[in-house]
Amino acid sequence: MNAKYNPALFWFAVLTAFTTFLLIGLGGLVTSHEAGMSVPDWPTTYGYNMFLFPVDKWAGGIFYEHSHRLLASGVGFLTTVLAIWLWAKDSRKWMHWLGIAAFLLVILQGILGGLRVRWSLNWLGVPHGAVAQTFLVLTCAIALFLSRWWQNSAVQKQIAVPRGLRSHVLYLTILIFIQLLIAATMRHQHAGLAIWDFPAAHGQIWPATTPEAMADYNAHRPEGTIGNPITAFQVNLQMVHRLVAYLIFLGVAAVPFMARKRLGGGDWLTKFAWFWLVLLSLQIVLGAATVLTNKAADIATGHVMVGALAFLAGALWWLVAVRRTKAAA
Amino acid sequence: MNKILFIAASALVSLGISATAGDLTGTVTFKGTPPAEKSFGDAMQADPNCTALYAAGKFPTTQWYAVSASGGLADVVVSIKGLPAASGASAAPAVLDQKGCLYTPSILAVQTGQKVIVKNSDPCVHNIHTVPKENEMKNLVQMPGGADLEFVFDKPEPFLKFQCDVHNWMFAWVSVQENQYFALSDKDGKFTIKNVPPGKYTVEFAHRKLGTKSAEVEVKADGAKQDFAFEAK
Repeated sequence: MNAKYNPALFWFAVLTAFTTFLLIGLGGLVTSHEAGMSVPDWPTTYGYNMFLFPVDKWAGGIFYEHSHRLLASGVGFLTTVLAIWLWAKDSRKWMHWLGIAAFLLVILQGILGGLRVRWSLNWLGVPHGAVAQTFLVLTCAIALFLSRWWQNSAVQKQIAVPRGLRSHVLYLTILIFIQLLIAATMRHQHAGLAIWDFPAAHGQIWPATTPEAMADYNAHRPEGTIGNPITAFQVNLQMVHRLVAYLIFLGVAAVPFMARKRLGGGDWLTKFAWFWLVLLSLQIVLGAATVLTNKAADIATGHVMVGALAFLAGALWWLVAVRRTKAAA
Repeated sequence: MNKILFIAASALVSLGISATAGDLTGTVTFKGTPPAEKSFGDAMQADPNCTALYAAGKFPTTQWYAVSASGGLADVVVSIKGLPAASGASAAPAVLDQKGCLYTPSILAVQTGQKVIVKNSDPCVHNIHTVPKENEMKNLVQMPGGADLEFVFDKPEPFLKFQCDVHNWMFAWVSVQENQYFALSDKDGKFTIKNVPPGKYTVEFAHRKLGTKSAEVEVKADGAKQDFAFEAK
C-alpha cells in the first residue's frame, strides 16, 4: 500500500538523518581527541543534570564528550517524535515498525555509549560505532521511504536495474560495513598509529611482525606518540584495512561503468554511482592523510564521516535500485 | 594480646635486618644526545584555563629525558628483584599533584598497598583515569579545590598509567613495586635503596622511554654501589 506524501514528515525525517550524520562526526571527534572518558559519570555530567552542566566547564575533552551527549539526546528526541509521527500518520504498517526499530536502536545506542563510559570498556566503542552507522542508514532509509519519489514510483515508468548490478552494489555495501567495523576496532585500540607511512608500510609491502620487528617499530614511533606499545595484531589489522580499502575502491570504480552500460549515462543511478566513486576517492585520500599526519584529529574524523557517507550511498543506491526494479516488473 | 606480640616480633625482625643490612647506592647516567622534548603548547590550546597558567610562548615540554649537566638521568625506577613481597600499607603516602595542567611528578614509584594521594592544584576540573594492566581501573572526577583522592594498588605493575581525558596531554606513570627495595633516580641520577639484606641480586633499571635493563650486584653488610648507563637509541 502506498501512503500519501507528507512533506512535513519527510523533512522531519531528513532533519533526523542529517542530525544523526552530525552526531557521527561529533562521536568521531570524541575518539580522535581521546576524550571518551573525560566525563566519567553517565547519565549525569560531573554530577550535574546533563542539560544543566555549566558552559564554562566545557573545556578540553569535556567539550567533545559533553556536546556529543547533548546532540545524542537531541537525536533521541527527534527519533522518538519520528516514531510517534510515523505510527500516527503513515498508512504503511511496516513503516510503523521501522519507526519503532529506529526508536529501539537509538535507545540501545545511548545505553552502549553510557556503558562504554561507566564500565570503561574500550571494545564497547566498536558496537557503538557499528550501531551508529546502521542507525544513520535506517534514518536515511525512512526519509527515502517518505519521499515523494518513493511514493510515486509505483505509478511512474521505471527502468529495472539488472540483478547482477544490484548484487554487486549490495555486496560492496556489506563489505564497506565490514570495513567500518575493522576501522572501529582500530580506533578503539587507543594505541596510536600501528603503521605511520603510506603507501608502503614500515617501508615494506607487508610489514614483518616478528618480536624483533615490533620492538624496532615501537622504538621508532613518531614524536609525540604517548599510547601503549603497538602490537602485531594492530599492524596486521591496519594492513587488512588497507587491503579491504583497495578492494572496495576497485569495486566502486566499476559501478558507474556498469550502470552506464546497463542504464545509460543519463540515468540518475549512473550519476549517483559517479558520486559514490568520488566519495571513495576522497576516502582513500583522507585515509592516507590520516596516516601521514599521525592521525590528526580533524582529518581522522573526516575519514570517519566520509566512510559513513560511503556506506550510506551504497545502501541508498541499492534500495532505489530494488524499488525501481520492483515497480518496473 | 596477639596483636601486641605480632608488632613486637615484627619490630625485632626489622631491627635485625637493619643491623645487618646495607644501602645500595649508585648513579644512573645517559650517554649520547637525548631526543628533543615536545612542547605542550599546541595541545594546551584546548583549554584556556591551562594556557592562562603560562606566560605567552612559555609552555612546558615533555620531560622524558631529564638529563643533568653531568649526564645524570632522573626518573629511572631502580628495583631489586628476588626479595620477598611485602605490603607498603604503613609507608608514607606518595603524592601526585595536578599543577599547571600537568602531573607533578610524571614518574612515581610506590609499593603495593602504599597510598597514592592525588591533588588538584589547578583552577580547572580534571578526571583521574588509571589505565592498569594488573590492577583495578578507576576514573574519578576532581573539581578545582576538590578533596584529595586516594589510590592503592594491590599488584605489582611497571609504569601504571594515570591520564586525564579532559586534557589529553596529561599523563603520569606510577611503577608499583612488590616490596620496599626500590628507588627513583633524582635530578642528578643518584639513587639509594636502604636496608638491603646482604646477598647477590639482580637490579632492574626501568626508564619509561629507554626500556628496562638489569645488572647483577652483591650487597654486603656495609652496602654496595652500582652505577648504570643508558645509551641513546
